[in-house]
Order: sequence, then C-alpha cells, then structure tokens
Amino acid sequence: MTTAQKFSQSTTGKTRSHGPAKIDEKALIMSGFGINSEMETKEVLARAGMDADIVHINDLIAGRMQLSDYRLLVFPGGFSYGDDTGAGNAYANRVRNNLWDDLLEFLDGDNLVLGICNGFQILANLGLVPAFDRHYTRDIALMPNRGGRLECRFVSLKPAADNLWTKGIERLYCPVAHGEGNLSCSPETLLRLKRQKMITFTYCREDLTPAYGEYPWNPNGSVEDIAGITSADGKVLGLMPHPERAMEFVNLYDWPLRKEEMRRKGVPVPTESMNMHLFRNAVAYFR
Amino acid sequence: MESCVHRIEVHYITDPRLKTRTSRIKSLGFPVDELHLIDVYTLATCTRDFSGKELAEIGAQLINPVVQKFLVDTPTRIPFDYAIEVGFLPGVTDNVGTTARQTIEDFFSMKFGEGEAVYTSQLFLVCGTLSPAELRKLATTLANPLVNRVLIKTRAEYGDKGMGTMVPVVHLNELPNADPVYLDLDDEELARIGKEGIIDSRTGERRGPLALDLAQLHAIRDYFDDEGRMPTDIELESLAQTWSEHCKHTIFASAMDDDVPRGLYKTFIQDATKKIRAEKGDKDICVSVFTDNSGAVIFDDTFLVTHKVETHNSPSALDPFGGALTGIVGVNRDTIGFGLGAKPCINFYGYCVGDPESDPALFRGRNASMPILSPRQILDGVVRGVGVGGNCSGIPTPQGWCWFDDRYVGKPLVFAGTVGVLPREHAGRNLSEKKAEPGDLIVVVGGRVGKDGIHGATFSSEALDPASPVTAVQIGDPITQKKLSDVIVKEARDRELYRSITDNGAGGISCSVAEMAKECNGCHVYLDKVPLKYHGMAPWEIWISESQERMTLAVPMGKLEELMALMQIRDVEATVIGKFTASGSCLVEWHGTVVMDVRLEFLHDGLPKKHLATTYTRKTYPEPDAPCPDRLDATMRSMLGRKNLCSKEFISLQYDHTVQGGHVLGPVQGRGRVQSDATLTKVVPGSKKGVGLSQALFPTYSEIDPYLMAGAAIDTAIRGLIAVGVPLDTIAILDNFCWCSSDEPERLGQLKLAARGCYVFSVAFGTPFISGKDSMYNDFSGFDAEDRPVKVSVPPTLLISSIGIHPDVAASVSLDAKIDGDLVYVIGDTAIELGGSEYFAHLGATGNMVPELDVVPLKARYARLTDALTHGLVASAFPVSHGGLGTALAKVAIAGQLGMDITIPSSMRPDYYLFSESLGRFVVTIAPDHKREFERICGLDALLLGRVAGKNLRITSDKLLLDLPVAELETVYKTPFRGF
Repeated sequence: MTTAQKFSQSTTGKTRSHGPAKIDEKALIMSGFGINSEMETKEVLARAGMDADIVHINDLIAGRMQLSDYRLLVFPGGFSYGDDTGAGNAYANRVRNNLWDDLLEFLDGDNLVLGICNGFQILANLGLVPAFDRHYTRDIALMPNRGGRLECRFVSLKPAADNLWTKGIERLYCPVAHGEGNLSCSPETLLRLKRQKMITFTYCREDLTPAYGEYPWNPNGSVEDIAGITSADGKVLGLMPHPERAMEFVNLYDWPLRKEEMRRKGVPVPTESMNMHLFRNAVAYFR
Repeated sequence: MESCVHRIEVHYITDPRLKTRTSRIKSLGFPVDELHLIDVYTLATCTRDFSGKELAEIGAQLINPVVQKFLVDTPTRIPFDYAIEVGFLPGVTDNVGTTARQTIEDFFSMKFGEGEAVYTSQLFLVCGTLSPAELRKLATTLANPLVNRVLIKTRAEYGDKGMGTMVPVVHLNELPNADPVYLDLDDEELARIGKEGIIDSRTGERRGPLALDLAQLHAIRDYFDDEGRMPTDIELESLAQTWSEHCKHTIFASAMDDDVPRGLYKTFIQDATKKIRAEKGDKDICVSVFTDNSGAVIFDDTFLVTHKVETHNSPSALDPFGGALTGIVGVNRDTIGFGLGAKPCINFYGYCVGDPESDPALFRGRNASMPILSPRQILDGVVRGVGVGGNCSGIPTPQGWCWFDDRYVGKPLVFAGTVGVLPREHAGRNLSEKKAEPGDLIVVVGGRVGKDGIHGATFSSEALDPASPVTAVQIGDPITQKKLSDVIVKEARDRELYRSITDNGAGGISCSVAEMAKECNGCHVYLDKVPLKYHGMAPWEIWISESQERMTLAVPMGKLEELMALMQIRDVEATVIGKFTASGSCLVEWHGTVVMDVRLEFLHDGLPKKHLATTYTRKTYPEPDAPCPDRLDATMRSMLGRKNLCSKEFISLQYDHTVQGGHVLGPVQGRGRVQSDATLTKVVPGSKKGVGLSQALFPTYSEIDPYLMAGAAIDTAIRGLIAVGVPLDTIAILDNFCWCSSDEPERLGQLKLAARGCYVFSVAFGTPFISGKDSMYNDFSGFDAEDRPVKVSVPPTLLISSIGIHPDVAASVSLDAKIDGDLVYVIGDTAIELGGSEYFAHLGATGNMVPELDVVPLKARYARLTDALTHGLVASAFPVSHGGLGTALAKVAIAGQLGMDITIPSSMRPDYYLFSESLGRFVVTIAPDHKREFERICGLDALLLGRVAGKNLRITSDKLLLDLPVAELETVYKTPFRGF
C-alpha cells in the first residue's frame, strides 16, 4: 500500500460515469477539524471526471501527503473549528501557520483552487481571494448573515463573469447553509472586483433578474448580491452556496413540480442537475 | 495559579447582526435601543507571559481586519448605558476558548500547560433606559445561571477600566479517595440515601440522588453483607447508575398485574417484533434490534441503516441549549456505537413545550426562588442546541416537529434521533456484530472527563424538584466529536483496529465499560489513568461522569500501537484505562487500591424484581355544544393559525438539511413552503434508494384512550411514509414513551393500555419495533408565586418514529398541488372522531370519540396507493393528520400556491367532516388524464372532491362553506412564528 492510499480516506458506494472519460490529474480535498462536505465533493468531482483524495490537513502538515501531487485543491464545506473565532478563521490560521510555503508554490503552478461555503470562508481569511496583484491579504470578509443565524434554503445563482468556471452556465440552483456568508469589503475593493470581472456568481430571482439585496433571494445580505468571486488571476474560486449538494435532479428543491411539468409536456426527466456544469468546467480546464 | 492574565476584546466595525439582535430583544419586551455584542478572550497563563507585540499578533489571529477590530487590555469604548458580561462558570465546556488556545499554540509553536487556558465571554453593551429589575431580567435572558456567570455594570461603573478580568478556573486540590458507605441504617435513613444521596465526608452535604428505592438498597446491603464488607461510595454510585430507570427501564421490565408477568417491554414490544419477523420470514427487514445502541434494518444488499431516538428532557428543562445539544450529539454516538460504527447520516428532532407566548410563574424553590425558564426560552434554547449539534457535525436535520401544550411547561420533552448507514460487511467481517475478548484493552477516545453530567442517569429517573443537581447539565462540543466520529467510521473501523465499541452516555464509563464487560465477562479498570479536565475529582465522580464526546473501544493488544498512532495524527485523545477480562467481576483500581469489586451478574441482574399493580378508569369529558358556524372561513383561519398546525419553518431554515448531498424531499415543500410530515433522503451515493422518515404523536388522546392513542401514532407515522411512496413492507418503527408519575397505578394503567396498543397495531401492520426508549417521570414539582406546592405533569406522550426504504426516489411525490386543473381526492373514510382533536381544542373542549383503527382495510388501501404511486399516477399526496381534512386541503393548496374547488358530502356536519381526525386518510391530486387508471386502482376508497383551480380555496357542501384566497391562508399559516 502506498502512503497515498494508506492515508487517503475511502468513500463507500458506487459512482456513475457520465460524459467523457476520467482525466489523469487528481484533486486534493482538504478535511479535518470539522470540515464535513468532503465525501459529496469527492463524489461530484468523480462524476465530473476527476478523481480526488480526501486528505486530512495533519497529513499535509506532517508531510505524509504532498500538495504538489495534485492539480485541483478543494476546501469543501463544513464547520471547521465550529466557526469559533469567525467562520473559516481558525482553519485558515492552521493552514497559514503550517502550510503557507507549499500553498504559495501550488498557486504559482498551473493549478486551480475551489472553496465552497466554509471553504470560501477559509480562502477569504487566507487572502487567496481576491489576491489582487498576487498579494495574499484579507480584503473581503464573510460576515454573519443579516438574519443573525444559519440559514438553509435553495437559491438561484447567475454567472456574473465569463471565465473558466462559468463557461456555458445559465443558472445554478443549489442550497446555501451558512451563518456567515454576508460578503463585505471596502468600496475600493468592490470597484476592483467589478472592474477586473472577479464577481463570478450573484444571487438572483428564479427568472434570473437580480435579487437587489432582497431576502430571501439574497439570503445573507451580501453586497451586490455576491455569492462567489475568483482571484484576480481567475484560478481560485470561492463560492458560498453548495452546488455539490444538488448534483442530481432529485436533489433540487422544486424537482417534484418540474418532473410533473416535464412529464405532461412529454419532455424527458433528467437524472443530473445543472449544477454539475460547474464541476465539469473545472475538470475541463485540465483536459 | 495563573499569574498573567490578558483580555482581548473583539468588535465589528459595523455589526451586521445589530439590527436583528436588537429587534429580537425588543420583541421580548425590553426597552432596548441597541444591543451591541463584543467577543472577549481572556488569556490566563503562568509559565510565560505574552509581550505587547505577541498579544497584538494573537488579536490579529482572532479577527478579520476587514470588518473587525480588537483591543488588548483596553475596554471597548462606544456609547452605551449598561454592560452585561456573560461568561462560563468554572468547569463548563468553553469550545471557542479551546479553539482560540489551539490557534495560539499553533502560531507560537508552544503548548499551554496545566492550569493555563483561554476563556471566552460575551460582553453585551446595552443602549436604553432599563430599571434594575429589567436589567436583571435581560441578564437572565442572555445567560443561564446554571452554566453562565454574569457581571453587570452601569456606564459609570465601567468607567475607563471596563469589566476587569475574570478567570473561571476550577480549584480542586486534595486527592480524594473512595469512602466506605455504612448501610446498616434504619429504613428511613436508608431511603434518604436513595433519594438525596450519600453524605460527602468532606462537605457533610448529600451528593445528589441515587434514585435507588428501599428494596434495591436492601439488595445491595445483602450483597455486601455476603461479601463481608461495606460498599464503597463508587460501588454504590455505580450500582445506582446501572440500575437506574434510565438504564434498566425497571418499569418496562417489571411484572405488571396478573396478565403481564414478563413485563411490558418483553410482552408488548419485543414480542411484537418477534412475531412480525417470524411472519415476514425471508422478507424480514430487521438486522439488529434492541440489543445494540440503535436498531437496524436492511437498506440494500450492501448497506443497512440504523435508527435511534433518545430523549433529553430533564437537562433541557434546566439548560435548554446545552441539554438539547448534548441530546443530539449523544444520539449521534449511539449511531457511531452501533455494530462496529455506523456513519450518522440524518438527524431527527421533536420538541414538546408550553405555549411560547405564556410565561407561567413557577418556581423550583420556595419563596419564589429558582424560577423555571419560560417556554419561549426553552424553545429558543432547544431549537438552537439541536441546530448547532447537527450543523457543526455535518449531519442533515430534515425531519422533526414541535408540539405545544401547557402541560409541558414544567418539563419539556426533547427528542433527538439519528439515522446511520453502515456497510453490512467489510473484508469478510460482519460490521453489525462486535465482541470484546478477554485481554483486549479498554481504550477511551475523545474528550476529557470533568464534573459535568454527574448524576445525569439517576437524575432523569426522578421528577424535577429543588434538589435537582446542577452538575447534571453538560455542554457538548460537536467538533471534538466530529473528529472522533471521522476517525472511527472513516478510518479505524475498516482498518479493524478494535473489536467492540460503545458510547459513553448516561452513567459514563461506569455503564459503557460494564456493558462491554458482559461480552467477555469481566473488566479491570485503572481509574487513575482516565484523562481529566482538572485534578481533584473523586474516583466515584470520574467513574460516573457524563462528560461528552467519549467512546470506549475494546482493542486487541496487537492493534494498540496502530490505533494510538492514528488517534494521535487525527488530534483525538486516546487512553488505555484497563483491560477486559473473564474474571466475572467489574474490578476498579484507584492509585493501586481496589475501590470497586462487584460481580457482573449482580451489577447487571441483581436488582430486585418488582411487581407493579395498575388501575384504569376511563375518563369522560363533556362534548362541545357549539353549533356548526354558517360559514367556515373564520374557523379555517383559526385552525391554520393554531400553533400545533401552523408553520414552524423557522426551525427547518436554521437546520442544515442538505449537507451530505442526499436531499430529495425536504422539511418544507412546494412554492408555498409547507412543512411536510415525511422527508426522503439519499444516504448511499449512486443508489436509487432513499431513506424515508416520519413520526406521529397524539398526547391529547392519551387521557381519553391510551390504547387508541398508540394506534393513532402508529398509523400516522406509517402513513406519512406511504404518502411519499415508501412501501409498507420496508417500514420499521421506534417507540419513545414519555410518561409522568409512573409510581401512580392509574398512570401505569394508561401505560399498559398504550403498550398493548403498540403490540396490537404494530403486529397488524407488520411494522416491527427496532428500538425504543422510555422516560417515566416527566413531572415538575415546585411552587407557584404564592409559595403553594405545584405539580405539573406532562400528558402521557408516546412518540412513534418511522423509517422505511424508498425503492426509487425519482418516483416519490411531494405534498404540494402541482398544476391547475388536477383532480383532488380524499382516500379513506371520515367519521365523527374529534375527541382530543385540534378542532375541539379550538372550541375549548376535549370530547371522547378518538379515532378508531381497523388495520386490515388500511393495509389494502396503502398497498393500492403505493401501486398508484409506482405507476406515476399521483401528482401529490399528503396524509390527513392533526387538524383533519380541512387543514390538509389548505396545506396542499398553500404548498402549490394554487386554489381548489372542493365539494364535500352533505351527510355530515361540515365542520366535523372537515376537522375530524379519522385515521387512514390522504389528500391526493392527480392529472385529469390519469383519472380512469387511478380510480381503477384505488376503487371506492378514493372520493373525488373537486379540482385544483383558481386562486381561492372554495369548499361547498349543499351551500358555500368557505371561500378564501390561498395567499391569505398562506399568511395565516405562517404568521404565528414569524420573528422567531
């Protein structure tokens, strides 16, 4: 057994194959200390054509696993350290205090980084987004939701930039489940985010018109309805909602109604959801 | 001991939560203009101090500088009138403090030593003019005196020095020993030991209830007389834990009257399951029932799923947040402790509380001392506790309910359940079986032991009264448990590093080790090896402490090194505390002295058998005499706005129900977002199958007819699953009895009838019981405002939870009406059965006619509906339950945001027809094209009521009864808990 096999955690269950064959490049999914969405993230990447290893942060710190063996680094959703000292903050501290040089080297390579929910909060605290001019400082904050507590509901997302992540996407429809997703930054930062087309997904209504900050379409009070941004070089994406939790049609909140409508129109009912598109785009970058 | 103390205060530059926080406090009646919140970290060290530069570095680690600022040893200066600081009492788990400590350790590459820690507190800065009484009341709203310390200062007192520093360190110094306990006492003195506890030789005070009765104390005295010695305090405490009602279920196990010599549990629960399993033959769905921490059923050829529902009532009455949190993370461990370790995949909750708008003046102590918490405080706390538990652990919480009745004011009921998933085999090993072998090491993994939770098991076996121990309150730490859970079910299990595992729940290691010792017939524990949160705990305290997040493993010697290495790299503390033996005894040593040596057979089976006598007198209640209103618009509005029928979506919203990616049918459904009675979740990626969960309870039927009450709960729990398409033959059920005053023959008479109902109806449906739990003394004994003794007992409450496997979730249906023009049916007959109904409660009456239950035609009906669902003929289905057909139709319409044109038969009083709670019924909508096929399958059972049409719900019999816009119904349905 190789070290990699020994220390990567196994998942149970079978994977369906969709679309083109698997690529050789692998993804590393961070785990440990309360991260909890690593299994479904591995599953969704596998369905999109990329195998992943779930790696405990302590195994990277101790050198049992190497970040340089991977091309896509994912910080998945979770409640690392129970959101204590601010969501994502304690885990980001652990990364910065122990893995910073490896991470910089990874960012210098032709690699991608994806942070979802708690992962986005970690990226923000590490300064991996927005990373203007490759300066990894904290320029945005994901503050507590306007409603003051965690909220779990489906939201519609509209691509707000044309980049490697959004290619061909019309709308995503997936859950938010966070207590701190209220994106805040200085007016200067906001202006740069807009000017450099780094705002990648925004909360919108079902008909794709903007949420204009209105609840519940914008669930947390995020400035300019921002749900996700990339780094200045576009290779790091942070996203509050969870497309990986609704990879199948039957995971969507409104699927029973859509199914009934499709059947009556004689339209075939899909098995996969539109959210797969995002992960296919990430994998396509390496093809 | 700590010599260097520093205080870091963190605040938002612009606090996004300020508005909501302030308006929530205002809505509770406080004249507060603004309520600011400052996070405070108090660093207490003795071996080293931090320099100003280092403290600034620490501050920077604790904030996001884009939106937050920090101050070191300098009070926050903003305009305010009063300051209220809420911290933890010594010894209470401080999760945020632990995280901050780890961050600091990481940053400076150092370790905090003995007695060094980071403590957190919350500083509320209040703007507004409050009277001293209002200020004190505000403080009790923000803090719980059982777990929190509170410091209040006016602006003037705050001055430029601020709050000062408080270090809640536990001071315990001497090394206590085990004391012998003299039992050659008269019966009165002996009984006091049972009721109030052993007298502590150091303090002279009683240590808290053992909940042992006289017969049990006599048996213990006789045993030690035979041994020729006095028992030690640890032996007595250990026996009390093991024999507690909470652990041994003495009432369910005892012979009852002449007709139930084997006891309620064996006769009515276990035998029902045995009979059903035998009748189902090779279609038996049960894998492991009653013997393990959870019950399990077959999911498919590869996996099984487990389910277990616990209650955590007494602790939740005292500390709703901590009690409920401990409840949910505790039942998660029942999942991890099933077989060799199932993965928790769905959480489940249920709350019985008083009307949150009431504020009863009840006190646990005399002279208006120790007021009970208000129902609103209890509801807020338990909702948050279960939420934090599930959310932080990454376990979705789709399914649950909330029930209001003023008889729950003294003792709320908090139900917490968890479904787990486990491969049936791994590398040829059956994962649902486990056995510790003699020579295996006893390894405790997870959190450390403190004084928290002492006497939890014996305490929940007693009624809540002034002597209730405050140390029974625990606060869980979901992240410590998440680390433990991950390393067990995702790594250690499949590397075969242990042979047996169980949870440390009620009774702590005294129960878990002694329970596992049964598998090999003995154990030898070195109690001084148990890792402690602080020194100075007595051996009996360590042995029975219920500190959370711990599990016990039986580890073969050859695997120890690998296990310990794995635990170390996953930051999970693991300690060898002894070994399993075949000696027949439970032997415990404390620094080289044997402090406990009790034969296992006496420990587990020595408790004297009881023979309980019951009586039963059927009560009758006046029938309501109100005539049927001419129009039912106002009635429908009142019914939909009743707390037990309206939306409690605020709970579903704050519970993550999508994590793990298995969401299919969630807690709210349809465009109009109506709460469902059943949910469907995928738990195995790539499988078409899903796990359906539902439940039911009818506490308002209990005083009228406990037998039919049980029937109503069983039918409704099953029917919730049938409606989403789960076939009857895959369904299993769980029982949770929460009774009151179980020393009274009348209450036991009701219990016996309910248990008999469980047998009869579960056997008739063929749905086996796979797990259950009972809590027998849900009574509050205290005083009213005039110091008169008051007893408030919960209504006898039976929760039936159901679990079933949907063969293909893509064929399931939700509850919302889908498309204009669809046909609306009611399936099943309606009779005048309104005893204990929500409608009679609305009329201020109870009545007597609770619904009858004839299972044979229902089984055929459910099979037909399953058939129609399988053939894709049904667009929506919803079970008719509390509130009857009328509210069910309204909810289906609201969920679809579509009107309905309904005509009901004119043969019955229309209000009775619409609000009767007759069992076995569904509201179903179908596409008009499916009419013939649907009616062919469902036959005369399905009555066409009308169609989905327009924007209004219109109901007609021989005249128009009701015509209301669905938008208005939606508002009525969602208004009561807006702002919660």
